[in-house]
Amino acid sequence: MSALLSVSGLQKSFGAVVVADATSFDVASGEAVGILGPNGAGKTSLFNLITGALKPSGGRITFDGADITASSAAARCKMGIARSFQIPQPFGGMTVFENALVGATQGAGLSGHEAEQYAMDVLDQTGLLARANTRAGTLTLLERKRLELTRALAAKPKLLLLDEIAGGLTEAECQSLIATIKDIHAGGTTIIWIEHVVHALMAVVERLIVIDFGKKIAEGAPKPIMESAEVKEIYLGVDPDV
Amino acid sequence: MIEWSGAIVQGVLLGGLYALFAAGLSLIFGVMRLVNIAHGDLIILAAYLGLSTTVMLGVHPFVALLIVMPVMAGIGYVLQRGVLNRTLGPDILPPLLVTFGLSVIIQNALLETYTADPRKLSGGAIDTASLDLGGITVGVLPLVTFGIAVAVIAGLQFVFYRTALGRGFRAVSDNQDIAQLMGLNKAHVFGVAMALALAVVAIAGVLLGMRTSFDPAIGGGRLIFGFEAVIIGGLGNLWGTLAGGVILGVAQTIGAKIDPGFQILAGHIAFLVVLAVRPNGLFPRVAH
Repeated sequence: MSALLSVSGLQKSFGAVVVADATSFDVASGEAVGILGPNGAGKTSLFNLITGALKPSGGRITFDGADITASSAAARCKMGIARSFQIPQPFGGMTVFENALVGATQGAGLSGHEAEQYAMDVLDQTGLLARANTRAGTLTLLERKRLELTRALAAKPKLLLLDEIAGGLTEAECQSLIATIKDIHAGGTTIIWIEHVVHALMAVVERLIVIDFGKKIAEGAPKPIMESAEVKEIYLGVDPDV
Repeated sequence: MIEWSGAIVQGVLLGGLYALFAAGLSLIFGVMRLVNIAHGDLIILAAYLGLSTTVMLGVHPFVALLIVMPVMAGIGYVLQRGVLNRTLGPDILPPLLVTFGLSVIIQNALLETYTADPRKLSGGAIDTASLDLGGITVGVLPLVTFGIAVAVIAGLQFVFYRTALGRGFRAVSDNQDIAQLMGLNKAHVFGVAMALALAVVAIAGVLLGMRTSFDPAIGGGRLIFGFEAVIIGGLGNLWGTLAGGVILGVAQTIGAKIDPGFQILAGHIAFLVVLAVRPNGLFPRVAH
């Protein structure tokens, strides 16, 4: 099985705070992987390392067969890595359509009518088509989360990184978001998803990785992982020996 | 009465030149929050490049623009990527200091190369040609300058709001980090923005050189006029910048009509009045 993304021995710390401690894992092409871990475990930092917003102090990242450890964020986007942010960060002064168009022209390398059509298709898929001409700064939370997804998808990523995209949504909103993400995954896009809303994660991913203090502490099929002692201890504070 | 309307028309046309001074400033401030203190000296540099081109090739200044514009754009790209990109960051002081230093360097390099003698670009018949518009005599060159200013502003507006390049400018201006994650190379986008700004500076410099005589020391004054036009019009609004240039131009020609020594001061007073009444300028872009 060839890995689309391969992270090996990744090392990063901010002073005494270790956010990646010899982290290694592979993600196969077409897979959907969930990442769990308590707050401050280094989940978002891991995304920052994968997208190139942070430079690791050690280790290697390979993507699609190429070593991207030293590549710029822009180059990695063009190679096919896109992410959504936990706290939505749209280009507030531009319309929803223009936000999508930035992804389509810069990330996916489309131009002219083709780029516009693709941006419209993605907006349709993420349910934002009706808001295409709204200024992104005026959207509601759900719409902003959908815009995060739209902009990332417009870059035609091979690997889509989702950072707590279900957080703060109502149950109904969450369900429709899960349907959209399942749809994207069914289209062949590889997904890594950080999420605290565990049932949303379980509905989509095929494998879970648990990290704490920058260390990978468990990895495997979602159900056994959720029932394992380490995860219960981290999430419920239960000492399994008692 | 006709004299006063004449002064107003002259002022409006002069405003076109000021808008050209200001458009490049407005563009680079809008895209990368860079205040370019060397902007005026770059205008004068363009005028001298125009002079060298016309003298060496024996061509009309308008033809010289075909060379001066790409040369200035090239200088802009290299300057941005080689020097100015390194100064940009959370602190606004380094770009101010570096562009101030650049201003000193350009002035002295021009002084060394071309001496302090005032020079002028000769446009031939167009320099003195005039039209009679219902009793008001209007110079053809100021009229052409104003037309070019409107075309340049319209062109920049089109690039900004209708092209992928412009979306890149706006995306980077909006959020640099996210824009990079979306595949935009910030260093390159800034380089292209500066290249575009200095292509406009080339037009401004050559038109200035045809209108009046210039020497290496007058860049500072052009910078001030450019700043005033941008601020009167409202930051981030290109058509506002044109309006700002026109207001400044009209204030100056009316001031000169009252007393010839009053020209520059009248412009500054108009600027201060606008600043006192509307601190964000007359037509600020809608804040988000």
